[in-house]
Amino acid sequence: MTTKMPTVKFTKLFINGDFVDSISGREFETIDPRTEEVIARIAEGSKEDIDVAVKASRVAFDHGSWPRMTGVERARIMMKWADLIDENAEEIAKLDAIDAGKLYHFCKAIEIPSAANTIRYYAGAADKIHGEVLKPAREFHAYTLMEPIGVVGHIIPWNFPSSMFVTKVAPSLAAGCTMVLKPAEQTPLSALFYAHLAKLAGIPNGVLNVVPGFGPTAGAALCSHMDVDKVSFTGSTKVGREIMCAAANSNLKPVSLELGGKSPLVVFDDADLDKAIQLAFLGVAYNKGEICVAGSRVFVQEGIYDEFEKKLVEKAKTWVIGDPFDSKVQQGPQVDKKQFEKILSYIEHGKREGATLLTGGKRVGNKGYYIEPTIFSNVKEDMLIAQDEIFGPVMALMKFKTIEEAITSANNTRYGLAAGIMTKNLDTANIMSRSIRAGTIWINCYFIFGNDIPYGGYKMSGFGRDFGLEALHKYLQVKSVVTPIYNSPWL
Amino acid sequence: MASSLRISRLISRSFSSTSLFPRGWSYLGSRHSKYSTAVATEEPIKPSVQVEHTQLLIDGKFVDAASGKTFQTVDPRTGEVIANVAEGNSEDVDRAVAAARTAFDHGPWPKMTAYERQRILLRAADLIEKHNDEIAALETWDNGKPYEQSANVEIPMLVRLIRYYAGWADKIHGLTVQADGPHHVQTLHEPIGVAGQIIPWNFPLLMFAWKVGPALACGNTIVLKTAEQTPLSALYAAKLFHEAGLPPGVLNVVSGFGPTAGAALASHMDVDKLAFTGSTDTGKVVLELAAKSNLKPVTLELGGKSPFIVCEDADVDQAVELAHFALFFNQGQCCCAGSRTFVHESVYDEFVEKAKARALKRSVGDPFKGGIEQGPQIDSDQFEKILRYIRSGVENGATLETGGDRHGNKGYYIQPTVFSNVKDGMAIAKEEIFGPVQTILKFKDLGEVVQRANNTRYGLAAGVFTQNIDTANSLTRALRVGTVWINCFDTFDAAIPFGGYKMSGQGREKGEYSLKNYLQVKAVVTSLKNPAWL
Repeated sequence: MTTKMPTVKFTKLFINGDFVDSISGREFETIDPRTEEVIARIAEGSKEDIDVAVKASRVAFDHGSWPRMTGVERARIMMKWADLIDENAEEIAKLDAIDAGKLYHFCKAIEIPSAANTIRYYAGAADKIHGEVLKPAREFHAYTLMEPIGVVGHIIPWNFPSSMFVTKVAPSLAAGCTMVLKPAEQTPLSALFYAHLAKLAGIPNGVLNVVPGFGPTAGAALCSHMDVDKVSFTGSTKVGREIMCAAANSNLKPVSLELGGKSPLVVFDDADLDKAIQLAFLGVAYNKGEICVAGSRVFVQEGIYDEFEKKLVEKAKTWVIGDPFDSKVQQGPQVDKKQFEKILSYIEHGKREGATLLTGGKRVGNKGYYIEPTIFSNVKEDMLIAQDEIFGPVMALMKFKTIEEAITSANNTRYGLAAGIMTKNLDTANIMSRSIRAGTIWINCYFIFGNDIPYGGYKMSGFGRDFGLEALHKYLQVKSVVTPIYNSPWL
Repeated sequence: MASSLRISRLISRSFSSTSLFPRGWSYLGSRHSKYSTAVATEEPIKPSVQVEHTQLLIDGKFVDAASGKTFQTVDPRTGEVIANVAEGNSEDVDRAVAAARTAFDHGPWPKMTAYERQRILLRAADLIEKHNDEIAALETWDNGKPYEQSANVEIPMLVRLIRYYAGWADKIHGLTVQADGPHHVQTLHEPIGVAGQIIPWNFPLLMFAWKVGPALACGNTIVLKTAEQTPLSALYAAKLFHEAGLPPGVLNVVSGFGPTAGAALASHMDVDKLAFTGSTDTGKVVLELAAKSNLKPVTLELGGKSPFIVCEDADVDQAVELAHFALFFNQGQCCCAGSRTFVHESVYDEFVEKAKARALKRSVGDPFKGGIEQGPQIDSDQFEKILRYIRSGVENGATLETGGDRHGNKGYYIQPTVFSNVKDGMAIAKEEIFGPVQTILKFKDLGEVVQRANNTRYGLAAGVFTQNIDTANSLTRALRVGTVWINCFDTFDAAIPFGGYKMSGQGREKGEYSLKNYLQVKAVVTSLKNPAWL
């Protein structure tokens, strides 16, 4: 295994257009999950730094050029930013790979270019934010203005540092908001690089501030800040709950939450078996299982169950784990020690609860946070491994008989983020897609994301949608304007 | 009934006519003669309605509270008990939610066609229209608002709102979406599930319609908690929905108190959505309970301290009339009341003089009497609170132009009160009083008034009074509020969204925007084989 270390250029807080030390002078270490060694020391933002960043955003919103320039001008700057990201894709991909243990080649070829495309999608929306002229039942002229909501706080997770960054930042920029973003403490590097490129592209000072730090300090300060008009969060359900409480206890800022999941993949007897196995396996192994829509509960109909199980295990055994900079490798290390230990403890729990360990279950090597893709069969729905979000490459494989049983089982969770359905039958597909209480249904596919496809949860997977024009509206206020009209030729 | 509808149209016209309701509500009200012959006496007029329903409405049946407890609902004209009402607590909320859950998961309501749902809503609107006067009498008895306002404006508006939402039921469209690859993508807009709704006492049935209308049109089931001050009219209206064919369990009404029934609803693990209208303090509690339970999405429509801005070029007489209406309407008990009247210095003295004269002319008395503009405040708590604010205004050095005390010696009546020389830092200029207390502030230029108008934690509404289109446009955009009324105020219409910026809440009610509160978005993605086009 080769260990490449990209040069880390940006390690400080990005506030009001400058990279600055934290007020306390404190720093934290960001760790290479391949080696457990320190990559860089990063300025640690705390409450005082958040205050400064929010103030910069407030001034930029209340008096700066960003909300006051035309949508066309905002779009031009965002397009330029996207181009700069493409030009620097290799360097950013290295940062995400070393910081999060993600596959370097995949980041470079797919994730970073997709991030640039998300910015372009919303840049294109910046001059298409339309209110409506309304139809009152009396002699009034009424219309709605869609106004930027103001200063936005974004808190993003570590599993997709680049995608999450643009998913939050791009629509709020297009809407004309200013913002303070807190990246996850595990993965601050690419966010700071994006901030640097944003400045080069011409995003005015104070519009986009990036403050690395920890949830209980910097994150909490952002959520309870009286001058932040909106918080958008992606992360765990537990933290989502704290964020909602902080908003309630401060200025009642609206919150959007994209939280955990325990998404079902339901495979019917008539499914394309090889494809189903491929998708089911990727459902838990993609990105090391560190994805909130992981297909972590796989329900297979009894007619094909035995063959499915056999081939799935074969598939798992061919999976290549190792240094994410190696182009042959399919799975890198988990993001940090805490997650690594948590996943292993769930695996132990699964064994104790009486599930059958078909394959995997152990760490790989003796350095770094690598874990084998792990498949349990004979899983009961009330077992912890079928209820909790493990956020690692661990599948709970279950058998079902009828479609009614599949619906009940698929919905037997507090989460409702996504679901996969594998069938050739149109009626089955339609019934399943309506009956499962989840925000995204993938039929004969999985993990299909798109800028125009809204994404978010039912139930305790959160509320609000990312992507699509739905996401733009999270960052807009609706103002109704009403005035009497006289002698109008029509009503 | 037909005549009252005509009058309501008349009132509507008058809002927008050049005359700008020249003699106010009393003039219009006097045309409705039902009670106008009553001689002014100390004895309150007896309402022409019986209280028929005082129990909880759960699963289509009127039932007692599980605890057997009741509470008193009081006539604000006298402080006397109208009826003893079943007091719902968490056990009753559990029963109601279970009924709503079953009606959503297994009942016919979400599964019937939108056309059929629409038919039921339209029938309910017809029945309400038929019982307009009884419902209006109940509303006035429980709330204290002028009967003419209930009968000629509010109940007809309730009917209109239900019909408006009935029309949405079969027009809830998802999208088909262009995907970046060989995928067929569509969004389904699905009912969100069991909706918990908590409404206030100032417009009991309009708030009922704002909440229930969109939730039902979208195919949800509901547990609604009414305010403990005004439980009666919603029980009546909900019964009519059942007569119209609403299946049992779809609309459950639980009377009770916030800390018990309200809290149980907000923190219930089986309620999928919560909508609340009320104070900002309670809004915080509701949001926190949602956060601590199942993270249900919450819509909040909260308090306000809305500016009404009278510009230099304004016709003072018209501005005075509109500003008076903006504040005093509904005894000042409106979340969007124009409770900070900013007047340009060039017309300030004249404005204050005329505002005082207008307030002195305001007719206060038994709301069942014809021509009465202002009835009693809702209850003794609010009554005392408003009087405390008035005392604080005097103590802080504002000039009490008129009013300032209770009206009469029985019931919760308060004199129309006007303060001039009000400074931004005074409590009466910062806090929501929710009573008939007008505070008039002076300003010099537009930049200054924008800054001061926005210098509040609230952002619900604003009034702008000017003929200058540049002034109107500048103020419209600069004010951080959810509704701007230009040369009008309190123009409510089913089509116009309503809600707050800042600590006035989140989400919008009414209009197409309100449907979003009660729908989930599901993206459905299918892979395509050999597509003819992408």
